[in-house]
Amino acid sequence: MINITGLACGYGEKIVLNDIDLSIKKGQFFGIIGPNGSGKTTILRAITRLVRPVRGNILLDGTDITDLHFNEVARKVAVVSQNMPLLAMTVREFVLIGRIPYYKRLQFFEQGSDVAIAEKVMEMTGILHLQESLMSEMSAGEVQLAFIARGLAQQPSVLLLDEPTSHLDITHQAGILDLVKRLNGQEGLTVVIILHDLNLASEYCDSLALIDKGRIKKAGTPEEVLDYRTIEEVYKTVVVVRQNPLSMKPFVMIVSEEVKNKCEKGS
Amino acid sequence: MNRKGMTVLLPAACIFLASAVVVALASGSAGIPFRRILSIILEGKATPEYSILMDIRLPRIILGFAVGGALSLAGVILQGMFRNPLVEPYTLGISGGAALGAALCIIFKLHYLLPTMALPMSGFLGACLVILPLYFLNMRQSVLRMQGILLTGVMTSFISSSLVVLILAISRTEELHSIVFWIMGSLEEPSWVLILLAAVIAVACLFLSYFFAPVMNALSLGEEEAIHLGIDTERAKKQLFLMASILTGISVSLTGIIGFVGLIVPHFVRIMAGYDHRRLLIISFLTGAGFLIFCDTIARTVIAPIELPVGVITGILGGSVFIYVLSRRLLSGRSGGVL
Repeated sequence: MINITGLACGYGEKIVLNDIDLSIKKGQFFGIIGPNGSGKTTILRAITRLVRPVRGNILLDGTDITDLHFNEVARKVAVVSQNMPLLAMTVREFVLIGRIPYYKRLQFFEQGSDVAIAEKVMEMTGILHLQESLMSEMSAGEVQLAFIARGLAQQPSVLLLDEPTSHLDITHQAGILDLVKRLNGQEGLTVVIILHDLNLASEYCDSLALIDKGRIKKAGTPEEVLDYRTIEEVYKTVVVVRQNPLSMKPFVMIVSEEVKNKCEKGS
Repeated sequence: MNRKGMTVLLPAACIFLASAVVVALASGSAGIPFRRILSIILEGKATPEYSILMDIRLPRIILGFAVGGALSLAGVILQGMFRNPLVEPYTLGISGGAALGAALCIIFKLHYLLPTMALPMSGFLGACLVILPLYFLNMRQSVLRMQGILLTGVMTSFISSSLVVLILAISRTEELHSIVFWIMGSLEEPSWVLILLAAVIAVACLFLSYFFAPVMNALSLGEEEAIHLGIDTERAKKQLFLMASILTGISVSLTGIIGFVGLIVPHFVRIMAGYDHRRLLIISFLTGAGFLIFCDTIARTVIAPIELPVGVITGILGGSVFIYVLSRRLLSGRSGGVL
């Protein structure tokens, strides 16, 4: 689906990513983790052509993305981004904006089919009852659902999500990720998701890539990547990794300085 | 829901424009009553009333329509593009350039050579002289940098107004008078050709702007989001910038600097119609056209026979109406700015 080989890119003179090789297969739930400023978002930006590669290339379904028009990328890849400008527009209007990549040259208004798709995705994300509410007057969880609905309105084969669960309580964290997981399972949507929370990444993703200082530190299944030595090295934090008794996935626990000092004295 | 759809707003804007036109036709020192307007026009050229209506009042109305519409349209485009509610057509220094061009024209007495064309032409040239460097300075890396354009525009505006002040300082009294009057702005324009040209360009730009309506909707979410939605933002921004520049350049060179229309009308319409540019563009155009015609009517009648600069009326009237609407919204707990 997405093949990244030898990618290096950045902003102006500053190179942020180096030697990135990633292969994301169709139907995968792929997680990108790493410390702040490690270049996670830049990978997503490179996939959507916001950032141009200095070296290497990105293939989308076998085609180099630089050979595709923005429009063609937008019909295959939808983004749920981190920064959310909130306008006084209704949820319905907001979701319908997701149909813009399908507008024909002389089309100004959405057609019946666009409205039908918008209603379908609002129902899938459970916000159909909010369709007349203003985006600026909704809760953070509802806004995030509207963003996912807009992404789905693009009828993409890949959904990119940039930290969709930050600022949300655990109800909404689980709600959003369960929804994305369902879409991944039922609709065959390929998901690439940036997550800060290592435990959420471990629970939901089939495959993880740990980014550190613009390079891939480790990639593989959560069990392979979430090793305590690797995490301590990358995040400079002492952790204990155990297994979630129900899902059998690795579970990362932070060790505070106070406890660490106590343990060191004890031993 | 406080917002109304096209079905209410579009007819309302049309009625506003139509009533502004009728009031403008009927007001003035000649005192032609409402009921007689139609019969005078139907009777034909013979009467003096006919020539007052068709040769004095109608050209002003058409020019008001073109310029009010053009400035409001340019305001909508620029505010949407820069995602900044304080941007207006004059922010980019286009008006300053036009004023400088006109001032130079008056100083060098070019308007004696080409009586009707010299002032608008030099105004337009001045506007172009500002737009082109602005455009090319910020286009070097094939990226139209928004902040760069905005700042360079504001600075060019300062530079050209300083130069105009310099010219004012060294010019003689009668020139001083013409320059100041030109800068204050007026819908007085003797040439029918230029009036019709402005109207045609304004309406053509309104039509063209609709091709960009979905693009501007996407841009209102931010540039990154627009790219995610498959918009070639660089190309779109260049085209939109040129369109706004043409609209502003034409307006300023024909009527001088008429402030507030391009700032207040888009704001006002945004409060009523919401974010969607497919509504904003046409409704702003019609409202702006009606608003300027209405303000011009007040400007030339309120202390007749002296004509006030129309910019004074647009500022006072537009500003007060806007503050009133905004304060009512704030009182009812809604957020003021929509952008």
